[in-house]
Amino acid sequence: MNTHFQVVVIGAGPAGIAAATAAARAGHTVALLDDNPAPGGQIWRHGGHLPATAQARLAALRASSAVPFYGWRVIDHPAPQVIRAEHDAGCTDLDYDRLIIATGARERFLPFPGWTLPNVCGAGGLDALVRAGLPIAGKRVVVAGTGPLLFAVAGHLAAAGAKILAICEQAPLARLAGFAGGLLTSPSRLLQGAGFGFTARGARFHTSCWPVAAQGTTRLESVILRKGSREWTVPCDYLACGFHLVPNAELAELLGCRLDDGFVATDDLQQTSIEDIYCAGEPTSIGGVDLALIEGEIAGLAAAGNLPQARSLIARRNSMHGFVHALDRACALDPQLRQLARQETIVCRCEDVECGVLRAHDSWRSAKLHTRCGMGPCQGRVCGAAAEFLFGWTATSVRPPLFPALVSSLTAAIPQDPKENV
Amino acid sequence: MPDSGRSKSAVAPAVVLSVNGVSVSVIPGSTVAAAVCIAGAPTRTSVTGQPRAPLCGMGICLECRVTIDGTPHRRSCQILCAPGMDVRTA
Repeated sequence: MNTHFQVVVIGAGPAGIAAATAAARAGHTVALLDDNPAPGGQIWRHGGHLPATAQARLAALRASSAVPFYGWRVIDHPAPQVIRAEHDAGCTDLDYDRLIIATGARERFLPFPGWTLPNVCGAGGLDALVRAGLPIAGKRVVVAGTGPLLFAVAGHLAAAGAKILAICEQAPLARLAGFAGGLLTSPSRLLQGAGFGFTARGARFHTSCWPVAAQGTTRLESVILRKGSREWTVPCDYLACGFHLVPNAELAELLGCRLDDGFVATDDLQQTSIEDIYCAGEPTSIGGVDLALIEGEIAGLAAAGNLPQARSLIARRNSMHGFVHALDRACALDPQLRQLARQETIVCRCEDVECGVLRAHDSWRSAKLHTRCGMGPCQGRVCGAAAEFLFGWTATSVRPPLFPALVSSLTAAIPQDPKENV
Repeated sequence: MPDSGRSKSAVAPAVVLSVNGVSVSVIPGSTVAAAVCIAGAPTRTSVTGQPRAPLCGMGICLECRVTIDGTPHRRSCQILCAPGMDVRTA
């Protein structure tokens, strides 16, 4: 197999699809990697109804010369201009001239009593499981957290037959109204929102409201919700709870790209602080699918050397940044959510580290060294964002492997720097 | 490949696999995580003995790791069910 590509794209969500398609159309050899078995990322996940835009983009990708590597997970960069990926058959090193990071975002989870019970999932998490074959028809679901994802998820689950009992948004109504007003500048988003509202009708929509406890013995049986001073119990089968999104910036950080407040810093052409490495989509800002697509296209064109066409898209991309800021403001977390985790509430699910144990420490590093918080298989991807909100800690020191990997993948021969052979 | 299975899934035959020795039937294109949920089993037991099940659904949290055909620690939310697969949870 040819393991050298002019452009290697990591992540086959909207940004990665747009980047790979643009670079391939510009005549470059392109590899597109994703750790899922099919392209689409989270928002265009296989198994659900795909909007026309998604179908068109996926068709364009398939028609391009970009070589797909699905089910491949990037674990390291063993040498300059080389990434190592693990897959069913072992591990393989791919050489690149230009790398495009389009690793997307994940949900932010906040710990509360009972959040480790089976059937308490992320909001996007439950949606993903349903699209992946989990039957949800007739099941009672509470959707909670913050952000537009809650409505999207409630709409999808309702369409699949779930009984949505409540949608609980932590933000106050006034802030949401301001955000919805901002959406008027973006008709496609407004229509999308209205459609989901229709599908999820019948559900109770609460603002300034969140779960304070999930209850059950071996699995979730009920949720206690709080709004102001009022608390009430809702028996249910699933709690789908996520507090907006945080960027998957670990690969960029491992490669040495500069981060700005947790997001990957990029210039007008989506280039990171490292020459030959570009970044597009949610790792640069949480801006949704439209922004991810145009950032991906700019990155793909720029990586393939078509600078005039890449530059022609800059103004349109920049016009979307207002949406990013509006979304940030709308999803700002209520400080009261810091009180959800009790002393005995687990924060680090991998190592079962309780909140009370963590409170004795003054930094992420100290907590890691003394409690193993963030040292388990997820490597702090879940508890890191929670600890940042709860304690103000910044998760630091990304090291290879990026994900738990086979020993044989770690010990495979390190390739020589190709420049030494010149 | 990615879209071909979905439109046919209503008529395509179910995929049958085994979860902890019990036969589970899923629609084609389902992940192992979905099959384990259908079987009603937690995916793993935490270091202090708590039952756990998938949280993120996207290969990040690793709560869904199970043993598939003898290989432990497989991320069940990113692996598709195949006929005859032997899935074990802890």
